[in-house]
Amino acid sequence: MLTKVYIYKSFERFWHWMQAFLIFFLAATGFEIHGSYSFFGYENAVNYHNIAAYAFIILIVFAIFWHLSTGEWKQYLPTATHLKAQINYYLLGIFKDAPHPTKKTVLSKLNPLQKLVYLGLKILVIPIMVLSGLLYMNYRYPHQAGIEGLRVGSLEPIAIIHTIGAFMLLAFIIVHLYLITTGGTITSNLKAMITGFEDIEDHKTENENTIDIGNIKTQDSTTNPDIM
Amino acid sequence: MRKIVIILVLLTLAVIGIITFFKSRNIEPDKLTELKYKYTKKEIPSVDHSKFNILNQNFTTPQQVTEACLSCHNESGNQVMHSSHWNWERQEYIEGRGIVTIGKKNAINNFCIGVKGNEKSCAKCHIGFGITDKLNGYTDEKNIDCMVCHDNTETYIKAEEKGGAPDLKIDLGNIARKIGNPKRSNCGVCHFYGGGGNNVKHGDLEESMFEPDKDIDVHMGTNGPNLACTACHKTEKHVMLGKVYSLSSMNRNRSKCEQCHTETPHKEEILNEHTLKVACQTCHIPVYAKVNSTKTEWDWSTAGRLKDGEPFEEDDSLGNHTYLSIKGSFKWGRNLKPEYVWFNGTAEHYLLGDVVSDTTNPLTLNTLNGSYKDKDSKIIPVKIHRTKQPFDPINKILIQPKLFADTKGEGALWIDFDWKRSAEVGMKDVNLPFSGKISFIRTQMYWPVNHMVSSKDKSVKCTECHTRNDSRMASLKDFYMPGRDYNGFVEFSGTAIIILSIFGVAIHGTIRIFSSRKKNDKK
Repeated sequence: MLTKVYIYKSFERFWHWMQAFLIFFLAATGFEIHGSYSFFGYENAVNYHNIAAYAFIILIVFAIFWHLSTGEWKQYLPTATHLKAQINYYLLGIFKDAPHPTKKTVLSKLNPLQKLVYLGLKILVIPIMVLSGLLYMNYRYPHQAGIEGLRVGSLEPIAIIHTIGAFMLLAFIIVHLYLITTGGTITSNLKAMITGFEDIEDHKTENENTIDIGNIKTQDSTTNPDIM
Repeated sequence: MRKIVIILVLLTLAVIGIITFFKSRNIEPDKLTELKYKYTKKEIPSVDHSKFNILNQNFTTPQQVTEACLSCHNESGNQVMHSSHWNWERQEYIEGRGIVTIGKKNAINNFCIGVKGNEKSCAKCHIGFGITDKLNGYTDEKNIDCMVCHDNTETYIKAEEKGGAPDLKIDLGNIARKIGNPKRSNCGVCHFYGGGGNNVKHGDLEESMFEPDKDIDVHMGTNGPNLACTACHKTEKHVMLGKVYSLSSMNRNRSKCEQCHTETPHKEEILNEHTLKVACQTCHIPVYAKVNSTKTEWDWSTAGRLKDGEPFEEDDSLGNHTYLSIKGSFKWGRNLKPEYVWFNGTAEHYLLGDVVSDTTNPLTLNTLNGSYKDKDSKIIPVKIHRTKQPFDPINKILIQPKLFADTKGEGALWIDFDWKRSAEVGMKDVNLPFSGKISFIRTQMYWPVNHMVSSKDKSVKCTECHTRNDSRMASLKDFYMPGRDYNGFVEFSGTAIIILSIFGVAIHGTIRIFSSRKKNDKK
């Protein structure tokens, strides 16, 4: 039985979409600075990129506060449980119309694979991008003002690290955009992130099912969509 | 739902608002307006020289004019004789060499090579009279040529090969009575013709700048501020700011754009940041030799060919000499993009008699010092002049040939066309050994490009440097430049990951579509 559940809070949705917009914009301007293509004009690209970067940092500060104050940070604690089942679902089960191996609830809205990937983004990729980005923006030249104390003698390592992060984020976005469509219906995940509400299997019936995914039997399974 | 959309729209507007706010702080810098005002004011001389009795006499020699000048300007003689315009050498400190005496006297260039043995001809561009073969005659202040710099009638002409004396057809008295501050024409008569013809040497100093358009030089343009050379080359006690690094070695007395424009003249902060490492000229002189060609290559090894026993010349369609029997073959260029080097204001020089250890690579006659890591270095635009010039392969030193003489048989190449003899005589003149063997070695000289400044709308655009293909900075490889540089491995792997991701989701999606169709069919 499906019930409408308010799963994404308003700040959470705001944060998500703002982050999405900024990451797209930073990628668009960033790859122009990188010399991959040209669209905004080089000087504009640099200026826009710098402004968007500080906007992103402000957003991150608010997001961290929100995650800590609401306890939502616990959503990202990684777990090995059902991780394999989730991977198997994406590789096999999804084609057989098998149900999702984990269920989405307000208390646990991320599947194990999401937990792992999002945590990776939060504690690795985003911090690296922010730090390398700040160094990039504030790096002047050897011996000159700014970050002399760090004794960074060249922009090259900073730029290369920032570029690696950018490629990783871009790859993430591609896969992320696709996995949006793997919910209950093609658009149910997207709708949930816009409205906050999602049709979720009634909690009370949850533990009744036993589902066979490949060779793995799992007790805890629902038919709920997950995005990664 | 609606709330979210409104919030998102508002935030997008906010971001756009912030961006436009930062962009719209377009306040015309007061500095530039001030400068324009300052340099449009005409200077009114406080003295009318035509009313001085001492100048209202019949001068028969140029020295008499100088004596008349010095009778009032009684310190000027001393000042001039301590200036670079007067002396053929001066003391400079060169890293690795120590304090050396350097000047036209002992430096070698890759145009007409050197003054030794050719003094009487070279003296046409000396601000003195009575220069002899041995550079005598420049200890007497009566030999100072005041008029070449201060003539305001534009009628003063120096005679060819007369040790610096003027052409005696001119009216010395008239010139003396109409004396004034130097104009572009005074400086130009020498500085535009260095190397034996218009624009041969510098590339950014030539005839078109006597009366240039603003498009040729934004400062000197007659339809612009119409500045004289001395507006930037500020002069105190007859010593002028400005260096030419064919002879200078030290970072001193330089004439700089920053004198007027400050270190951070742009309203865009991102451009001001560039000034730490990029000289003004690099962006603001996108091309040089805008009107007439400048010499880019010189091959002395072909000199001496004769047609029916007579020297000859060949010209290109623009009238530039491509061959002269006395000098060899040339290449010229017009509207040239400069080359770029790091430069910290100090230079090293090849001096007469220096032994060349590496004969496989071109020998640089004036090495400009600098690198990215050096805090005093900036990227500057240069003209590089490349030459094949005479070299003694046994002694491994550059040859100073005797080029000019009054009569045949003195060994001068330009009259006798005998390389070996001119090398023998020339090297004897400078007290250096000559093995009897002559080969030709590739050399290059760096000429910083400082003039022919374009207006700001024509300055170099971001993507002329920040680009992967044909970057103006392509030859400067000792630093990472956004837009130009990337790590090949990261670029390849990153692109591969993106492509694989797209393929991955495409294949996954396709299988999903097909498998769900199958199921639907079964149903």
